[in-house]
Amino acid sequence: MDPRVIVITSGKGGVGKTTTTSNISVALARAGHKVVAVDADIGLRNLDVVMGLENRVVYNFIDVLEGTCRLNQALVRDKRVDNLFLLPAAQTRTKDAVSADQMEELCGMLRKEFDFILLDSPAGIESGFRNASIGADEALVITTPEVPAVRDADRIIGLLESMGKSPIRLVINRLRSRLVKQGEMLDVRDVLDILAIDLVGIVPEDDSVVKSANRGEPLTFGDSAPAAQAFQRIASRILGETVPFPDFSEEQGRGFFAGIRKFFGRKE
Amino acid sequence: MALEFLKKFFGSGGSKNIAKERLQIVLIHDRADISPEMLEQLRRDMIDVITRYMDIDTSKIEMDFDRADRSVAFVANIPVIRIKRGVAPGKMEQEIPDGGKKAQPKRKPGQPG
Repeated sequence: MDPRVIVITSGKGGVGKTTTTSNISVALARAGHKVVAVDADIGLRNLDVVMGLENRVVYNFIDVLEGTCRLNQALVRDKRVDNLFLLPAAQTRTKDAVSADQMEELCGMLRKEFDFILLDSPAGIESGFRNASIGADEALVITTPEVPAVRDADRIIGLLESMGKSPIRLVINRLRSRLVKQGEMLDVRDVLDILAIDLVGIVPEDDSVVKSANRGEPLTFGDSAPAAQAFQRIASRILGETVPFPDFSEEQGRGFFAGIRKFFGRKE
Repeated sequence: MALEFLKKFFGSGGSKNIAKERLQIVLIHDRADISPEMLEQLRRDMIDVITRYMDIDTSKIEMDFDRADRSVAFVANIPVIRIKRGVAPGKMEQEIPDGGKKAQPKRKPGQPG
């Protein structure tokens, strides 16, 4: 299999790029692939803490590019699963510390070692995003069903298209089925109508995401949480499997009679 | 009252419709990347050009962007009051001397000038 370089990006901050990167990396490694998760957010390093590997970071990818260390010295091996590595960002440098050419060079080095190279992009549309995307073949765009996130996703999709990335696929994160059912949140159809790209996953709002980040244990190490299952399905789809999209409104939504009760309950 | 009841009951007409509408509008402008000043200038230029050929109702011009998939169309609706009788080629030549001369041989013989 040819190595695949995938950038995970969103435009807007705080919509779940790092959570998605960590969970999909774990899921792909558990499926038997050799995976590296690259933190491309220089100066605002976060992937290490979300993955629970912060205590084992010694070098970062800028050290590799500057020749301070070898690639395998900078890679942090995740001991919880075979074949999963983290390549940290530099925390005390700025985005200007690397050029687009250097990022392409780095991706070239990683292609020789890994099946999957997942790049966690910084928010924004400036050099940090461009450098994270330059060496990637494909892109996952993360959005939430909210106006600012969808607007920024649209902008990012335009930029990724102009950079020739393909496929560019969408993850809708933090979908709240109760609000969707009440007509108070954009549903999957609405977001797809607006953005007009392929959907690769729907992740329901799930408290366990916060808890797992607190502990530094990506959810996909387990199988029980609804968000874990959603990320698992995304990994399967990335691997080319056809996995149906579950209807989250059925899972948590209220039924017809509950709707009547709620309506009259509110009036009283 | 009855409409409100139905809306509440079936969960439609919530804020998501407002969200979708606002997004669609804002994205048309984002994608077209055109400022209100530019749009106004375009409107004036269009009126200038069109009034050479016909009288139009400038107070009822509608101009907007229409979107389909990932592309945007610029649609103008311009009410025509009267078409001017045969725009004089002489006038064209005065305004665009080279273009006017070049255009002349293209005209079919016998066609009213």
